[in-house]
Amino acid sequence: MERNFYEEWEGFKPGKWSNTAVIPRDFIQKNYTLYEGDESFLEGPTEATKKLWEQVTELARQEREAGGVLDMDTKIISTITSHGAGYLDKDLEQIVGLQTDKPFKRSLQPFGGLRMAQAACEQYGYEVDQEVVDIFTKYRKTHNQGVFDAYTPEMRLARHAAILTGLPDAYGRGRIIGDYRRVALYGIDYLIEDKKDQLANSLVRMTSTNIRLREELAEQIRALGELKKLGAIYGCDISRPAKNAKEAIQWLYFGYLAAVKEQNGAAMSLGRTSTFIDIYIKRDMDRGILTEAQAQELIDHFIMKLRLVKFARTPEYNSLFSGDPTWVTESIGGVSVDGTPMVTKTSFRYLNTLNNLGPAPEPNMTVLWSTKLPHNFKKFCARMSIKTSAVQYENDDLMRSTHGDDYAIACCVSSMVVGKEMQFFGARANLAKCLLYAINGGVDERLGLQVGPKYRPVDGEYLDYDDVMSKYDDMMEWLAGLYVNTLNVIHYMHDKYSYERLQMALHDRDVKRYFATGIAGLSVVADSLSAIKYAKVKPVRKDIQIRNKKGEVVDIARDVVVDYIVEGDFPKYGNNDDRVDKIAVDIVKRFMNKIRKHHTYRAGIPTMSILTITSNVVYGKKTGSTPDGRKIGVPLAPGANPMHGRDTHGAAASLSSVAKLPFRHAQDGISNTFTVIPNALGKDEVFAGDIDIESIARDLADGV
Amino acid sequence: MRVSIYYKKEVALVTGYIHSTETFGTVDGPGIRFVIFMQGCPMRCLYCHNPDTWETGKGTEKTAEELLAEYDSVKEFMKGGGITCTGGEPLLQMGFVTELFQKAKAKGIHTCLDTSGITFAPDNADTVQKFVQLLKYTDLVMLDIKHIDRDEHKKLTGHYNDNILAFAKFISEQGTDLWIRHVVVPDLTYNEAYLRQLGAFIAHLKTLKALDVLPYHTMGRAKYEQLGIDYPLGDTAPLDKKDAVRARELILQGLKEELKKTKTVP
Repeated sequence: MERNFYEEWEGFKPGKWSNTAVIPRDFIQKNYTLYEGDESFLEGPTEATKKLWEQVTELARQEREAGGVLDMDTKIISTITSHGAGYLDKDLEQIVGLQTDKPFKRSLQPFGGLRMAQAACEQYGYEVDQEVVDIFTKYRKTHNQGVFDAYTPEMRLARHAAILTGLPDAYGRGRIIGDYRRVALYGIDYLIEDKKDQLANSLVRMTSTNIRLREELAEQIRALGELKKLGAIYGCDISRPAKNAKEAIQWLYFGYLAAVKEQNGAAMSLGRTSTFIDIYIKRDMDRGILTEAQAQELIDHFIMKLRLVKFARTPEYNSLFSGDPTWVTESIGGVSVDGTPMVTKTSFRYLNTLNNLGPAPEPNMTVLWSTKLPHNFKKFCARMSIKTSAVQYENDDLMRSTHGDDYAIACCVSSMVVGKEMQFFGARANLAKCLLYAINGGVDERLGLQVGPKYRPVDGEYLDYDDVMSKYDDMMEWLAGLYVNTLNVIHYMHDKYSYERLQMALHDRDVKRYFATGIAGLSVVADSLSAIKYAKVKPVRKDIQIRNKKGEVVDIARDVVVDYIVEGDFPKYGNNDDRVDKIAVDIVKRFMNKIRKHHTYRAGIPTMSILTITSNVVYGKKTGSTPDGRKIGVPLAPGANPMHGRDTHGAAASLSSVAKLPFRHAQDGISNTFTVIPNALGKDEVFAGDIDIESIARDLADGV
Repeated sequence: MRVSIYYKKEVALVTGYIHSTETFGTVDGPGIRFVIFMQGCPMRCLYCHNPDTWETGKGTEKTAEELLAEYDSVKEFMKGGGITCTGGEPLLQMGFVTELFQKAKAKGIHTCLDTSGITFAPDNADTVQKFVQLLKYTDLVMLDIKHIDRDEHKKLTGHYNDNILAFAKFISEQGTDLWIRHVVVPDLTYNEAYLRQLGAFIAHLKTLKALDVLPYHTMGRAKYEQLGIDYPLGDTAPLDKKDAVRARELILQGLKEELKKTKTVP
C-alpha cells in the first residue's frame, strides 16, 4: 500500500518500513544505535517513581493480607473498552492505563471458561454476577464448553490420569505475542487501513478456510477500532503514529493493555521492545527534549505497569505454576543477522528497572545472549543477575539461525518472529508416565484404570531393556497421536470461542503457526532406561483398587507394577555420560518424530519443548514410582534438568548433558533451571591476587 | 619378542585413584577449571572438609587419557582455566600426576597442583629429582601451609612442617608460580603473631603470585557424620568474612615488614 511519510517520522531513516509495508524490523535495523559502553550513564528513580512504587508496594501488602486478591470484577466482563480510566496517581504517572478501573482489581474473563472464572472468584469470597452466569450458560458458549463437547472419552481419561497435563482447555492458551510496536510506529488508522486492504485482497471462494480468514480479519479490524477507543478513554489519540518517546511507550503499552484486557492467557508476553523504544528516546535526546532521568522515568513507569498485570486464577492454576505468573516476557539484546549486536542504551534502562523498582519476576527480563554481545553489556547482565536473580538468558546464537533477528520469547522459552509467527500452546505429555504405561500395558499405576491401549504388559522378574524399549515405543506412538488430536480440538475451539483478535490484528495476515507440544519427565525416563540397561530393575506388583468419583471401590486392577527395586548403579543423565545422555537424545527425537506424523490444526508446524519450570512438581505428584528409583509423588526434574542431586560432576558436565539435546527436535525450547550460590562462582575480596614480591620490595625500598 | 615386551613395559598405563571430578571448579586456581580430587591423604588436619578422601587405595581407577578425555568434553566451559589436581593429597600419586600433567601440557592445558607438600623430602636426591620432573609440567602450585609454627603444625595435622616449608622454597627456586593457601580457623590459626610470621616467611618466595586466605567453614561436618567420625572441631564457629579480610591484611603486613627488614630485593 502506498503511504506518505508521516510527520511523526521526521528524523527517522526511511525504508521499506515507511514506503510499502508494516515492518517494524526494517525500521529498527535502519535506525537503532548500538551502545557498547558501560552502565555508568544510568539514572536512579525520580521522586515520582519512588512515590508511585511505594503506592504499589503498599497495595501489594494489602493484597497479601487480604489473602491474595484485593478486589475483583464480578459483573463487568473485561473487553478492550469495558472500563473507564484507572490510575495509581494521575499526576505522577508518565505512562497510564490499567486492566480495570482500579489498580490491583482483577478483571472478569469468562470466554476461556466460565467454571474457571467462577472458581477463581469463589476462592477469594466473590461471586460472579448471576446475569453473567446466565449469559455464558444460556446464550454464549465458552472455549471450555466447546472443547468438552468434542473431546473423546479417551481424551477425557488421559486428561484425568494426567498423562496429558496442563492442557489449555479451560483457560486462555496465551503464548501469542502481538507486535505492539506497530501501534506506536504506524498508529491505529494506518493499521486498520492495512487490514482492510488485506481483507479486500483475500480469497472470495468460500471454503471454510477462507470464510474463517475473512471473519477473523473483520474481527481484527473491529478490535483495532476498540483499541483506538481505549486510547481515547485515557485522552490519547492513537490513531496516528507516536511522535516522541513518551508516546511511543504509551501507544505500545495500550496495545499490550488491550491484549490483557481481552485475554487471560497462560503467558502474555511483550515481545522485543527495548531497542525499538531506544530509537525514539535517542531522537528525543538528540532534539534536546528528553534527559536521561526522564527517559529512565518513562521506562520505570512502563515496567511498573507491566508489573501490575494480574489475572483472576484458581488455586489449582496457581499451584501448577507455583504462584500467579503472567509471563510478561521481554526479550532484550541479541544480535542482528549482519552480526551487529542489538544492544542499546535502553537495553540497559530496562534492566535498570530492577535497581530502581527492586527485583521482581515480572516482567520476565530475558536477555538474548550471544557470544557477540558487547563486553560491557555482558558484565552488566552478570552483575544484575548476581544482584537480583531476576534475569533470564536464552541462546540467541542458536535461535537466530532459525528465526532471524526480530523474534521474541513467549512465556519462558518459545521463540517466534514478532508479528509474523505465532504458536498454539500445547502444554505437555508426561513421558515418565508413558513409560509406566508401557510397563503396565496401558493401566494407570495410580488409578488402576485402563487409560492407554491394552497392550501386553511386561512380565518376568527383571525388566529387560529391549523388551521395555519396544513396548515404550508403541506406547509413545499411541500417546503422540492422542496428544496431537487433543490439541487439535483445543485450538479449534479456542479460535472459535476465544479468538485473540487484538493480538492477531498486530500480526501479518498470513502468519506461520507453530503447533507446540511439550514433554515432561525426560530425565526420569533417561535414568529409568539407563537403570534397566546398566543395573538390574525388579518390578514390584500389586493389586490396585479402582474407585469411582465418590471414592467407592468399583473394581480391582490385578498385578500392576507400582514400584521398582534397583540393584546396582547406573549412569545418570546430567554427568556428561554418553551412555545415558544418548538415551535422552533418542527419546526426544523419537517422540518428536511421532508427533510429526499427525495432522495438525491449521497446518501448524509441529514443535516440541522440554520446559516445565514449576509444573514438574504437580506432574510428579501424579506419577507413580519409576524404574530409576524415584518414588511415587516425588517431583519430576524441571524442563531438561537432570534429576535433583544426580548430577555429581559439577555444572559443566550437567550443562553438557543438557546441551546434547537436539534443538532441531525441540524447537519450542529447552529449559534448564540452574541455581548457583555467588560464592561458588569464584573468589571474593578475601583473595589477594596479582602479588609481585619484587615490585612490592621495590616500592618499599622507594618508600612508596 | 623381547622388543615387544620392552615396548609393552614402556606404555603400561599408570592409573590414578580418583575420588571424584568437578567440571566447573571456580575456586581451585585461576579461571574455570576441571578439578580432579585424588583419593588418599596422609594428613589429618583437624579442619579437613574432605575426610572422604583420606583413605588410600579406594576411589575409581582412571588413566590420564581418560581424565583428559573428560576435560576435552567440557573444555568449552574452561575459560582462562585448566586442570587442577587436588584431593586428598595428589602427591601420594606423584607418578600419575606427573604423567597427567605432562600429557596435559602437550595439549596446551594449564596445570595446577593443589597440595600440602607433605611428601617432599629435601634430603632425598631421588625424591627431589621426581619433584623437578613434576614441576617441569606444572604451571602453578597452590601450596597449603596449614600452620607456620612447627609445633602447632604438628598438633593440627599430625606432622611437622619442615618439609612443607622446604618445599615452598624449592618451588620458588625452580621458578614455578606459587599461590599460598592458608585456612584461618578461630582459635587455631586466627592469631596475629602467627599470621604475621606466615607473612614474613612467604616474603622470601619470589614466585609468589597470590595469597588465598580460606575462612574456616563447617560444610564438611555432614561428611563426618556420614562416615561416622567425630567432628574434631566440635562447635568451632565459621570464620566470618571481616575476620578473614583482617587475617589477609595481617599476613600481608608481615610480608611487607619482612621485606622492609631485609631491605634487599629477594
